Amino acid sequence: MIETRALRKVYAAPSPRRGPPSRLGPVASAPSANLPRTSGGIAALDGLDLQVSEGEFFGLLGPNGAGKTTTIGILTTRVHATSGEAFVAGHNVATQDVDVRRRIGVVPQRPNPDRSLNVIENLAYHGAYFGIAMAEAERRGADKATAKVEDLSGGQQQRLMIARALLHEPRVIFLDEPTVGLDPQARLALWDVLRALHREGRTIVMTTHYMQEADELCDRLAIVDRGKLLACDSPTALRRQAPGATLIDLTLEGNVVAAAERCRGVEGVSRVDVAGADLRAHSDRGGEAIPALIRAAEDAGARVQNINLSKPSLETLFISLTGRKLD
Amino acid sequence: MVTDREISTSDVFFAMLRRDIRVARRELPFFLLRTAMQPLLLMVVFGFLMPRMGVMQKGYTATLLPGVLALSLALSSVQSVALPMVAQFGFSKEIEDRLLSPIPTHLVALELIVAGTIQGVLAGLFVLPCGRLIMGAIPGLALSNLPHIVGITILGAATFSALGLLIGCAISPQQIGLMFSSIIGPMIFFGCTYYPWMALDKVPFMKYAVLVNPLVYVAEGMRGAITPNVPHMDPLVVAVVLVVLLTIFWHFGRRAFLKRAIS
Repeated sequence: MIETRALRKVYAAPSPRRGPPSRLGPVASAPSANLPRTSGGIAALDGLDLQVSEGEFFGLLGPNGAGKTTTIGILTTRVHATSGEAFVAGHNVATQDVDVRRRIGVVPQRPNPDRSLNVIENLAYHGAYFGIAMAEAERRGADKATAKVEDLSGGQQQRLMIARALLHEPRVIFLDEPTVGLDPQARLALWDVLRALHREGRTIVMTTHYMQEADELCDRLAIVDRGKLLACDSPTALRRQAPGATLIDLTLEGNVVAAAERCRGVEGVSRVDVAGADLRAHSDRGGEAIPALIRAAEDAGARVQNINLSKPSLETLFISLTGRKLD
Repeated sequence: MVTDREISTSDVFFAMLRRDIRVARRELPFFLLRTAMQPLLLMVVFGFLMPRMGVMQKGYTATLLPGVLALSLALSSVQSVALPMVAQFGFSKEIEDRLLSPIPTHLVALELIVAGTIQGVLAGLFVLPCGRLIMGAIPGLALSNLPHIVGITILGAATFSALGLLIGCAISPQQIGLMFSSIIGPMIFFGCTYYPWMALDKVPFMKYAVLVNPLVYVAEGMRGAITPNVPHMDPLVVAVVLVVLLTIFWHFGRRAFLKRAIS
């Protein structure tokens, strides 16, 4: 249903006014700090290969600036790939953009309703762009039909965006961080909607940086960072790939490097990394290594300020792949 | 189970046009206030007050009316395309729903120009009778050559709508004020709205310098159409230049639009 081959996107060296794709909004220039710079600009995508089957619920997981929104932008015909190819529902996104647009629905990262129209008109005209009679579209409207869109709350606007994206019954639905800014209740309600769409056999591609959301909803997950695909599999299979170790983070005061050196000698600890004042130990014996690690750190003259323990999970896989946390 | 819906390009195009007309109709009072206020004030001062004071000759209204018509036509066309576009590309992003509809992207730009042209023509239709009311009988006013009048009106409005597309894509929301002071202002004053082009014989440098201003051709074309006794440019020259300008503005406006629409 969706395929990308060696997809690359290089943005011209930053002019803050026209940063990466429009839907990134005001933070457009922020992610560039994390991205590899090439001679001609900043590579947001660096040779991405993806395959999504029909009816699949596919998640793109990655921190800010990973290239998720750029990927969605290319697949929804709004961003030109610098090189590589992408196909949606059998059509090339670059050369058959109209055929692609006919078959997709898009929920943007930031609600972008037509502010000159009221709620029901937003739906009616969107329907009209896709060949649905105005009257039928208006019939599908709900309460608040004649409200101005600026009078809607953020969550209501987001729901309007979802209703709009589904109105023309697309084969493929793209959602870019759909639950950002929703309260927990609205988030769960959206999950139910997405599960129902999935049951109907629609293909869903969703970006998120919430592990739990990806884990609960998606058939398959792609972990991307810095424009590259790091792993792609079902959540269960990915969890198996996670390093067997439990991650123990110690926040230290004092000589972290010396402490790390000593901690490497602790039994059951396979690896120790240093990140700023944090010391990260990979423990094969879960939390049992904690007392020994604290002693080792104190022997090196450091004082332990805080301890954090993460069990093997998508999160620890993510950290071991990217070297950083999701948010 | 999941089926594709078929829709023709023209259906999408006209749905977008209906959208723009509905929005314009709802905002009609504001639209008229925005585009017709300046021309109406001009006519009150130059066409009503000053001739009565004896500062202007009586027949001056025949020079002024076509100029003011051209001005309102041009202003409303350029603004009704450029202003919403600056906002919609700049921060509200509401144009994205249309960019994601099943129609080639450049036709979204074309639709904006068609909608702008309609609004320009409407502004002209509103200002013409107002002018007659404010300024009294206009010597030599001839509204019988309908094809000529309709032709110059549509061509002028289309040219300025295309210019609006180019401007709307090129400037950021922060620069809207700058657009009025640096582009629209000089265009009005050097657009042969208050004086016929031939009268610039006395200042030859100006006579040729103002030829870069598209408004000159609309004003002169309007004189040729509704007050043919006032000295004016050859209508054929006017038509050819406007077609050339329309082509140029469309070419670059379309390019700028595609660049903003697809990053």
